[in-house]
Amino acid sequence: MTIPTLRLTNVAKTFTTGGGSVRALEPISLDIRQGEFISVIGPSGCGKSTLMNIVGGLIDDYEGEVQVDGVPVRGCHKSIGMVFQEESTFPWRTALDNVAFPMEALGVEREERLSRARDLLKLVGLDGFEQRFPSELSGGMRQRIAIARTLAFQPRILLMDEPFAALDEQTRLLLGDKVLQIQQELSQTTMLITHNIAEAVQLSDRVLIMSFRPGRIKRVLEIDLPRPRSSKMMGGERFGHYVAAIWEDLREEASKGLQEMERLRAGV
Amino acid sequence: MSDAAIVSRRSFWRPPPLLARLGVLAGLLALWEAASYAGLVNAFIAPPPSAIFASFEMLFVQEGLINAFVRTFAEALAAASIGSVIGISAGYALHRYKMAGLAYTDWVAAMASAPLVLLYPLFLVIFGRNSATIVAMGVVGCLPPIILKAKEGLDGVRPVLLNVGRAYGLSRWAMFSMIQFPAALPTIFSGVRIGLLFAIINVVGVEYLIVFGGLGQMISDLGDRFEIPAMYAGILFVVLVSICFFFITEKIEKWLLSSK
Repeated sequence: MTIPTLRLTNVAKTFTTGGGSVRALEPISLDIRQGEFISVIGPSGCGKSTLMNIVGGLIDDYEGEVQVDGVPVRGCHKSIGMVFQEESTFPWRTALDNVAFPMEALGVEREERLSRARDLLKLVGLDGFEQRFPSELSGGMRQRIAIARTLAFQPRILLMDEPFAALDEQTRLLLGDKVLQIQQELSQTTMLITHNIAEAVQLSDRVLIMSFRPGRIKRVLEIDLPRPRSSKMMGGERFGHYVAAIWEDLREEASKGLQEMERLRAGV
Repeated sequence: MSDAAIVSRRSFWRPPPLLARLGVLAGLLALWEAASYAGLVNAFIAPPPSAIFASFEMLFVQEGLINAFVRTFAEALAAASIGSVIGISAGYALHRYKMAGLAYTDWVAAMASAPLVLLYPLFLVIFGRNSATIVAMGVVGCLPPIILKAKEGLDGVRPVLLNVGRAYGLSRWAMFSMIQFPAALPTIFSGVRIGLLFAIINVVGVEYLIVFGGLGQMISDLGDRFEIPAMYAGILFVVLVSICFFFITEKIEKWLLSSK
């Protein structure tokens, strides 16, 4: 049997605060194969960002084990690249210098890093914008710079935390197509955190549906749609079937989450 | 009111702010000049503006104004440079060690409002009557704003940018030099800018007090020799230089902010 690119074994997390402890994540075990695209979907407060931060290494005091290519890792790791939900480009660097950033940190020669950064900008469809500063570009373009910058690290696994959340619906769909194209071109193992059902179906090989707090995997759904995919498939019958199936599972969890939020807001 | 009236009222000529400012200044100078000639103010203690402007020539030719300016400027710049290195490091320490930040930030803020120039005898004893004392006093003057602004800038760096650095496994130094410092630069620069102005004030003040080198000594000498118009001209020159610095550094700061 081949070794999975990413393996989580009983990964769990409890946050301790002044007022006691909160179980954010029940033990989760999961294998992701090379080149696979998986989405983690769940209501707000299901611990999906916690899961992402554990895998990405921003949280390192957790239970269980994370393995990359069979080797246990803990803390930030070169083989895992993260794309964040918030605007994360460096405003003082041009698009090109933003993408070259991780290579600069690694000490790659100037010529080589700039030429690789140019290739990556081309890959995300931003050739011609090399010398622009982020403030001169749209939100979607800035997020593509962030994706290119993460790819410059040549990570084994690309982690994306709701990378399209701040964008409008149309930009989101087009950017989803772009991510699919890149993922297929590079055969990039990818884990996407989202709460957008259509996005999860459009992009993924498997969708992990998480329950409301404490987060655990409620169901794993294989998305058996042909590749290459694009946002054009969204009108299809099978696409709709998957969206409905996920919503059925998610509905209950989301309403639990909503009730919890309303209860908190009312101070009960 | 008819449309035409509105239009004509809108297009009524208003003086631009700069012209309005200069107008007030010219008016005050004219009043002063007139009062001096009418004998309303003592022309020896407050010589008329025309006499002050006329004595600029003497400053340039006999008193070595340019040399004095270069010396004062070099001392202030040296003080601000040393102050920047110390101040940014101290600001980083207050940012990085939360307890230290909570404990000492108020002290630094209090220092900023204290007349630190009064400490000059202490430095006179330590360094002697020379440039080192003057530069050290300049450093003392410029430190508080540089420290406070550096801490403020570093505190304000968006957490997601730091997470990007952590995800790439940056060392502490790389994190500072590649992310924190450039992200905080506009705020840090505004601290350095205020620091430079404070350094000029302290440098000229101490030069005046210990009668050593630069513009401060020149003004002190002129006063001792009762060259009152020239003394005022010297003071005016210092004020003009400070104003120029204020505007030039403000332009640089705006430029830094716009590239953010």
